[in-house]
Amino acid sequence: MRNDRPAILAEGLQKSYGKTRALDGLDLRVEEGTILGLLGPNGAGKTTAVRILSTLLAPDAGRAEVAGLDVERQAGELRSKIGLTGQYAAVDEYLTGRENLEMVGRLYHLPKKLARRRADELLERFDLVGAASRLVKTYSGGMRRRLDLAASLVFSLPILFLDEPTTGLDPRSRIAMWDIIGELVSGGTTLLLTTQYLDEADRLADRIAVVDAGRVIAEGTSGELKARVGGERLEITVADGDGLEKAASVLEGYAHGDVRVDAERRYVGTTVAGGPGLLATVVRDFDAAGVQVDELGLHRPTLDDVFLTLTGHAAEPEGDGEISDEKDIA
Amino acid sequence: MRSVTDTGDLQPRRRGKLYWALADGWVLARRNLVQIPRIPELVVFATIQPVMFVLLFRYVFGGAIDVGGESYVNYLMAGIFVQTVAFGAVSTGIGLSEDLQKGLVDRFRSLPMARSAVLTGRTIADLVRNLFVILVMLVVGILVGFRPEAGLAGWGGAIGLLLLLSFSFSWIGATIALLLRSTEAVQSAGFIWLFPLTFASSAFVMTNNMPGWLQAFADHQPMTQVMDAVRGFLLAQPVGSHGWQALAWCLGILALFIPLSVSLYRRVAAR
Repeated sequence: MRNDRPAILAEGLQKSYGKTRALDGLDLRVEEGTILGLLGPNGAGKTTAVRILSTLLAPDAGRAEVAGLDVERQAGELRSKIGLTGQYAAVDEYLTGRENLEMVGRLYHLPKKLARRRADELLERFDLVGAASRLVKTYSGGMRRRLDLAASLVFSLPILFLDEPTTGLDPRSRIAMWDIIGELVSGGTTLLLTTQYLDEADRLADRIAVVDAGRVIAEGTSGELKARVGGERLEITVADGDGLEKAASVLEGYAHGDVRVDAERRYVGTTVAGGPGLLATVVRDFDAAGVQVDELGLHRPTLDDVFLTLTGHAAEPEGDGEISDEKDIA
Repeated sequence: MRSVTDTGDLQPRRRGKLYWALADGWVLARRNLVQIPRIPELVVFATIQPVMFVLLFRYVFGGAIDVGGESYVNYLMAGIFVQTVAFGAVSTGIGLSEDLQKGLVDRFRSLPMARSAVLTGRTIADLVRNLFVILVMLVVGILVGFRPEAGLAGWGGAIGLLLLLSFSFSWIGATIALLLRSTEAVQSAGFIWLFPLTFASSAFVMTNNMPGWLQAFADHQPMTQVMDAVRGFLLAQPVGSHGWQALAWCLGILALFIPLSVSLYRRVAAR
């Protein structure tokens, strides 16, 4: 791969299924050896983008290059350079774990011996040695995902596509998966990762592209994206409802934007510029105003906030918003 | 232990395209074959159905059906063999549609393997399975009084034609699966076209009692041709032109449905 070229480049990709526009001019650029997180809700076009970049689907318009090869015209050559792990664990239930990996090795045209040796290595690395001779049908969801990821690593692959690698996994399996993915990239693999989990993108990706309705609506490091939402949020719960108004007027003095008041939750919050000593000053002001505070925190904006700010709607329409990465500084 | 990404010494072999079409097809055929004993219920049910047909026709209808001098069970078995291998086309379709739905085909399509291998692997495995089912049916037939009189050439001709029919119908099954994709749809549509071909044929009755228009269809459709040829081979009777016509039908089906399903497979984008 030449160094002046990005490992993955997409320009103006468009794809429609009937009347549904899955991709509407998607642009992407992933430098060699980095992880790009493609972040967006269900139906944003993430999977379609991955399918086009991994040669499974032809775009209606636009062009894409992976490893310097055109995904349409040089698809055959490209397939020996990419690995794909889709949303559903694409492993054969009625084969054992080892048979699955050996089969993939054979289909990469490795000689039988090498395919077997490689399968053994991967089984060990992915902690599947004990289950290697069992039918995949008996595997747990996490084991299947690990096997699936192992299958996309059978051959030396400079570029890897992982489509929602941890969707549907329990928290422990998710973290195990993250460790493996982290190790991959430290080995120099370029990775395009799609996810609807904001914390996953935050944790794994060097850069994040936020996708909505088939386009990239924002791109940058996690820090850059968070900065776009503005500074930190100061959030207070007062001890009794009478203090709300006073609390709000204290916050006015620090606010970089509107002060939100929620009487039912006895909550007052606003965006602030932050800075050291802020909390101490605020606490003194509350004391002086005679406001009793139950809870007081300074929160860095989460990617949830980023998504909301950028798209005007929440990231997870199904409402399983269990993920947040807020840090209480107080 | 070395890193998972350290794969510098994994050198793929280099061979020609045709070599890989065959080798990759065989890798997938083996994959499908090793699964057969692991899902025994599939083989059991695939065998019970023709056994039921043998028993029903041999003992329920057989006495009432005149097949012109030959014992009914001797007449019947050629039809049963052909019906059994033809219905195997449905399994081909179901197996393929399951691979499509489970995302396995996505994995295969992202590998640098021969594009045709998913289809050839499936149809070749089904061919081997059908050979096994033919042998089982032969035993069942002999148990209920089937007395073939074929010599070695006759056996060769009969089994050869049955396997050829099995292979060509598998490609029809594959085409249906690639068109419909959903396993449920493939399951029902897979049988619909087989029923008229199976019953409007010489499988269970002689065609000369059918109305003229139906007889014209029954006499010339591929399953009857294969049945008549197989019946001739097994009973050491003259095969006449049925052998050539059966061969021509099977080759014609292959010539149409192999390219058709391969081109559908290239385009299929399982979502």
